Amino acid sequence: MSAATIFIIVLTIFLVTSLFIFQKAATLLIADLQEKVDISVYFKDTADEQQILDAKKDLVSLPEVKDVQYTSAEAALEAFVAKHKDEPVLIESIVELGANPLLASLDIKAGQASQYDAIASFLQEAPFKDLIEKVDYYQRKPVIERIFSITSAVAKGGILLSIILALVAFLVTFNQIRMAIYSSREEISIQRLVGASNRFIRGPFLAEGVISGFFAALISLLILLPLSFFLGPKAEVFLPGFNLFHYLTSNFFLIFSIQLITGMAVGVISSLIAVRKYLEV
Amino acid sequence: MIRFQNVSKIYPSNSDSGLQTYALDDVNLQVGKKEFISLVGKSGAGKTTLFRILLVEEKPTSGQVFLDSQEVHKIKKSRLPYLRRRIGAVFQDYKLLPSKTAYENIAYALEVIGANDEEIQKDVPEVLQIVGLADKANNFPVELSGGEKQRVAIARALIHRPEVILADEPTGNLDPYNASDIIQLLLKINELGTTVILATHNKDIVNNLGRRVVTMENGKIIRDEEKGRFVL
Repeated sequence: MSAATIFIIVLTIFLVTSLFIFQKAATLLIADLQEKVDISVYFKDTADEQQILDAKKDLVSLPEVKDVQYTSAEAALEAFVAKHKDEPVLIESIVELGANPLLASLDIKAGQASQYDAIASFLQEAPFKDLIEKVDYYQRKPVIERIFSITSAVAKGGILLSIILALVAFLVTFNQIRMAIYSSREEISIQRLVGASNRFIRGPFLAEGVISGFFAALISLLILLPLSFFLGPKAEVFLPGFNLFHYLTSNFFLIFSIQLITGMAVGVISSLIAVRKYLEV
Repeated sequence: MIRFQNVSKIYPSNSDSGLQTYALDDVNLQVGKKEFISLVGKSGAGKTTLFRILLVEEKPTSGQVFLDSQEVHKIKKSRLPYLRRRIGAVFQDYKLLPSKTAYENIAYALEVIGANDEEIQKDVPEVLQIVGLADKANNFPVELSGGEKQRVAIARALIHRPEVILADEPTGNLDPYNASDIIQLLLKINELGTTVILATHNKDIVNNLGRRVVTMENGKIIRDEEKGRFVL
């Protein structure tokens, strides 16, 4: 068992695990964004509350619409001030304007992301369409699509890299076992001479492969846990609600299984092939 | 009990003349139970090749080898270890594990077949007694003389209670005193019921034995006499 073998398997396991976590995070991110997607309809400041509430009733009656939230212009202003309370310059400029620059809006959530198109078309033909100042929807869709294509490109690249790394790990382990067989050739020939069974002769070398893989998985875990503990909060900036460390601890068995399987697969396959090829029986 | 039938071993030629090497050339040989035979011939005559083919370390180019009525080269790879446990082998270079004592070297042969501690503790001292090395059980090969090392090797070959012992030039590295001791040991083992095939090019040993002598030259058996002598 050599440090080089274990190191390279650790690298492979790390990559595979990271890929897995990345996939999970990306799925969460996209789901999150899709959740956040809504159509915001901003009404002209000439529209009065009753008209807007009527429009809301119309919208709610649509089968595609899950929920509609009304935000009055005043409520919008309050929220704005609260959100930017640490930025006095911004607040001052609003005060300078004198009047409330924000508009009343209806935030529409669809049952499914695919239904927004239908809702958008409805708005274009809606009876109240003249009251609409702006429909804020079309800007979000490309963002989602962009994120989707980036994450799947990264995932594909990650898979390719994993395969290459796994191949390297396989070769290193294979060579390691081959050398071990060569160094023990005298003992092996004596074992054969006294009638040792094939399993007895092969056993130690296969075991070396398995154990290397197992240790590599263990080491990966030992590195991954503290790493995620420290990086977790940083990752949360990008993915609110996704604490890396908590994800790992709650899905511990799944993650560890992936690492074990990756490590042992590399170890077992490479030692099996090395033994088949170089241990004459 | 052992039968070589039309066994040939041909190595393809690497030389300019294009001639192949006949390590064994249509060898027919029968060895009966409890026989003691000497296989003689100069180096390269084919003695070791014959042994290797019997142990299935090499495959013959043509011909068959039988142990009792079982064709040895038709045995499945996974069953070969069982064949090798029926044949004990001793070599000129002893083939002992340097990091194990005499006792451990012999015990190793039992460990590899999965014998338990009880059996080992019973059988190993017994066989050390037979070869006369009971007091050297805990010595390492490096602490033993050539003759003693060979006796350990013989003890190890005996531990499975084989039906046959193959001795390939066992006295090659030994002085005449030790050589004689080893041969006496082999004779004793033969008396106890084990077939012995001794390959040697030591003239004196053969002539003193007065047993069957099979002479080989260039891969062929050229003489097979019951009370043979080593003829140059």
